[in-house]
Amino acid sequence: MKYLDEFSNPDLARRLLDQIHAVTTRPWALMEVCGGQTHSIIRHGIDQLLPEGIEMIHGPGCPVCVTPLEIIDKALAIAEQPGAIFCSFGDMLRVPGSGQDLFSIKSAGGDVRVVYSPLDALKLARDNPDRQVVFFGIGFETTAPANAMTVYQARRLGIHNFSLLVSHVLVPPAMAAIMESPSCRVQGFLAAGHVCSVMGTSEYPPLAERYRVPIVVTGFEPLDILEGIRLTVTQLEQGRHEVENAYSRAVTAEGNLPAMAMLRDVFEVTDRTWRGIGMIPQSGWKLSERYADFDAESRFSVTDIHTEESSLCRAGEVLQGLIKPHECAAFGKDCTPRNPLGATMVSSEGACAAYFTYRRLELVQS
Amino acid sequence: MCLAVPGRVLSVEEKDGTTMAQVDFGGLRKEVCLAYVPDAKIGEYVIVHVGFAIQRLDERSAQETLATFERLGILEEEFGDGFARAARQTGAPA
Ligand code: SF4
Repeated sequence: MKYLDEFSNPDLARRLLDQIHAVTTRPWALMEVCGGQTHSIIRHGIDQLLPEGIEMIHGPGCPVCVTPLEIIDKALAIAEQPGAIFCSFGDMLRVPGSGQDLFSIKSAGGDVRVVYSPLDALKLARDNPDRQVVFFGIGFETTAPANAMTVYQARRLGIHNFSLLVSHVLVPPAMAAIMESPSCRVQGFLAAGHVCSVMGTSEYPPLAERYRVPIVVTGFEPLDILEGIRLTVTQLEQGRHEVENAYSRAVTAEGNLPAMAMLRDVFEVTDRTWRGIGMIPQSGWKLSERYADFDAESRFSVTDIHTEESSLCRAGEVLQGLIKPHECAAFGKDCTPRNPLGATMVSSEGACAAYFTYRRLELVQS
Repeated sequence: MCLAVPGRVLSVEEKDGTTMAQVDFGGLRKEVCLAYVPDAKIGEYVIVHVGFAIQRLDERSAQETLATFERLGILEEEFGDGFARAARQTGAPA
């Protein structure tokens, strides 16, 4: 149990693990939806502390990883335009497009800026009225309220040299798509805590009912994850399929009402393509009619995009939980964080990066 | 990037028609939009994601989480220099 001392409270971790072992009588396959949870699980070796037969399947909840290649290529094309200031979260810098990435465009003289908040990009637009400032608005429901508020402010303050390249994705439709897949092995979900901090939990009971699958809203810290696993396995063993909240310190059933109101004003639901997975109906947001002027895709008519994905990369299967990262032949050989073939090897939430960073030694030894 | 980090509200002010706050994250101070948690008071803890408070959090949980994040180097990942990190990844000198 070499990992236990790394838990903030080893005694509590021990107790939770004992309870999980005591309640488990059969093998179960659980999916943690969010990439932040994947990193926590791999970093702390939680999957190796579980009873034999409890498998953690890593979900698609890495926003950077599922942003479609075509949008990445559009971002790169916009970032190359003279006079544009292209702003992004740091995680996007090294996500491979068809040819290059934002980092290489910056190195070649493009004006690419990393911001902490989308409001920083709006400030840049205000301070540079003669430049076009574009923010790369990706993310799940957790991030969307920030981008929504930024566009709302741009419109209200009349900052017209600002626009948003939008590629927002929604978690519940992706969970439904996973359950619909013929190769699906998932029997229980740890739902993404901070997504629910914003959206509440009302979207999940219909999913739990329809697919007869327990859904436990779970946080990101190691103890949170153990508690989420304990509740999910207990439900499975008892033949229940309910929605439970194991992250009540940060999630209420109704969610964040002001944020949800802003989301309804600024965005509308649309079909979205998920990188490596394909189109999932009604699984994303785009700017609503009222805010269409702030859409970077129409402001910069970047056509002529020919996407080309690496032929070796199996990130789509990784993101759907069909294979584990090290089962990809390129893992750690042709594909490393230094020379990533897929976004899952770059992002701090990507499963391939998690396996590479925390499992390197065992892999070399085995 | 999907992480949200707890921080303590130090001061609150109206700016461009929005409520903004100075928030302390274990010693590091950032400006945060409070529009979605408008009743957060000075001294209280909020969970912050990309510069926006999305929920409040009790003090004990907040401090435990901050201590864990600090220990795991997550605060540096969240607030550190994105370009320097990307450069390190490419193997180029930062
Ligand atoms: S290891 Fe690299 S090539 Fe293989 S699936 Fe992951 S990102 Fe793609």
